[in-house]
Amino acid sequence: MAEKKFEKALEKLEEIVKKMEEGNMSLDESLKAFEEGIKLSHFCTDKLDEADRKVNLLLREKGKLNVSAFDENDDGKPENVA
Amino acid sequence: MKNALTVTELTGAIKHFLESGFDTVWVTGEISNLRRPASGHVYSTLKDEGSQIRVVAFKSTAGRIGFDLEDGMKIVCRGRLNVYPARGEYQLIIDAAEPKGLGALQMAFEQLKERLDEEGLFDPSHKKDIPFLPGKIGIVTSPSGAAIRDILNITGRRFSSVDILIAPAAVQGTEAPMEICDAIADLNSIGVDVIIVTRGGGSLEDLFCFNDERVARAIYSSDTPVISAVGHEIDFTIADFVADLRAPTPSAAAELVVPDRRDLIEISRRLKSRLINARDVFLRGLENRLGFVVKSLRDPRGRISDLRIGLDDHYLRLSGGMRRILEMRANNLSPASRMLMRLTPGTIICDLRRRVEGTTNDLNARTRLYMDNLKGMLHRDISILDNLSPLSVLKRGFGIVRLPDRTIVRDVAVLAVDDSVDVKVSSGSFKARVTTILQEQKNGREKI
Repeated sequence: MAEKKFEKALEKLEEIVKKMEEGNMSLDESLKAFEEGIKLSHFCTDKLDEADRKVNLLLREKGKLNVSAFDENDDGKPENVA
Repeated sequence: MKNALTVTELTGAIKHFLESGFDTVWVTGEISNLRRPASGHVYSTLKDEGSQIRVVAFKSTAGRIGFDLEDGMKIVCRGRLNVYPARGEYQLIIDAAEPKGLGALQMAFEQLKERLDEEGLFDPSHKKDIPFLPGKIGIVTSPSGAAIRDILNITGRRFSSVDILIAPAAVQGTEAPMEICDAIADLNSIGVDVIIVTRGGGSLEDLFCFNDERVARAIYSSDTPVISAVGHEIDFTIADFVADLRAPTPSAAAELVVPDRRDLIEISRRLKSRLINARDVFLRGLENRLGFVVKSLRDPRGRISDLRIGLDDHYLRLSGGMRRILEMRANNLSPASRMLMRLTPGTIICDLRRRVEGTTNDLNARTRLYMDNLKGMLHRDISILDNLSPLSVLKRGFGIVRLPDRTIVRDVAVLAVDDSVDVKVSSGSFKARVTTILQEQKNGREKI
């Protein structure tokens, strides 16, 4: 769900940038908006930091759901393309 | 011979016989000689190894049968026989057709599609938004298929931190629909941000599990958004119509489901620089406004110099103009002025002045002379007068006797003894008292 926040943050950042580009703000509003925009920008950048993903299998065993690792690399190719 | 029919009669009889005898027939054969005139009706020949028959599909029918008739296509069609008397020909007018072999599946597909559509399963308003950047993607497919490879590759390349949860399901065969339904339900209960239901391309029969009504309903009732990615680009399945988003292939689904991390970095970077730029522009704008206001405050001085310069300018123009006017007037004036100079009374005035001066001098001289004469005469008269003056009489030793009221005493009669009198003599006067009065015959004065 944190990832949903990314889109929201990006949208909010876009909105702030547009508003600021329109320029119909008081100095106070503008500085506040700028501060918020920078925070959002950092939030987005943090979210974009690379982290290793998990690839799992969801299996139903005796009516229960089990998650187990899926061997992603059995084609022998690692997935890291920068 | 007597009972011979006319051609029309015979044809009419044949027409009646054939049209009532074959008013609904099913025929199978291969289409050839297909023509589509401007009318939109489709004319062709249906044939098999031994025979052929003309076939007409009127425009309305041709539009309704759901696929285009083509040369070489084997079809099963339904129609009625028609005789065209003018040419003595008969033909089959068809009102339904389907491709032979695939027909049944296709028919079932169309029927299900129509039913579900009417029921609202394809309604765009029911479609859920696909998350922009999902944290975890659920994938319903065969773990050993090509589809999962493609998706893992592409999502890993685009955004390598998105988790993947594979819910295995057979994607062909009779078990497939139930397994797909279960997998969708399992992913919903364990929780993912988006589900991809996928398999690689295959024949229409291979893809048929995605045309299953149960699968359609499982997708429809999924709380998690579902992307369908089945088969080749041209194949649409019922799952495609129900899904919240349809991707033509597994690879396309992978590209649709995660943004490219590099794009996002670029977008974030651009937004940040736009943000900074907007702030700078904003502040510069304020600075400019401030500068403008400050300048406006200093304005009067500037205005004064402006006015001063303006004034100078006006003055220059005014004086220039004035000079020009004067020069022009002077030019007009000079002939008149020269003429006037010639007529000037100056010389006359000079003459007159000289004459006035001469006369004045003359007058002065004469006046002096006259005055001198008068003075001489006056001196004479004065000396005469002097001799006649009582004072000169007094000088000769006479005195004047006056009463206190200043009346001169000419007669002693006016006097009484002890009267005070003033006696004036040449060098002064004195008071005297009358002591004695002596009367004479003649008027005379006595004093003591």
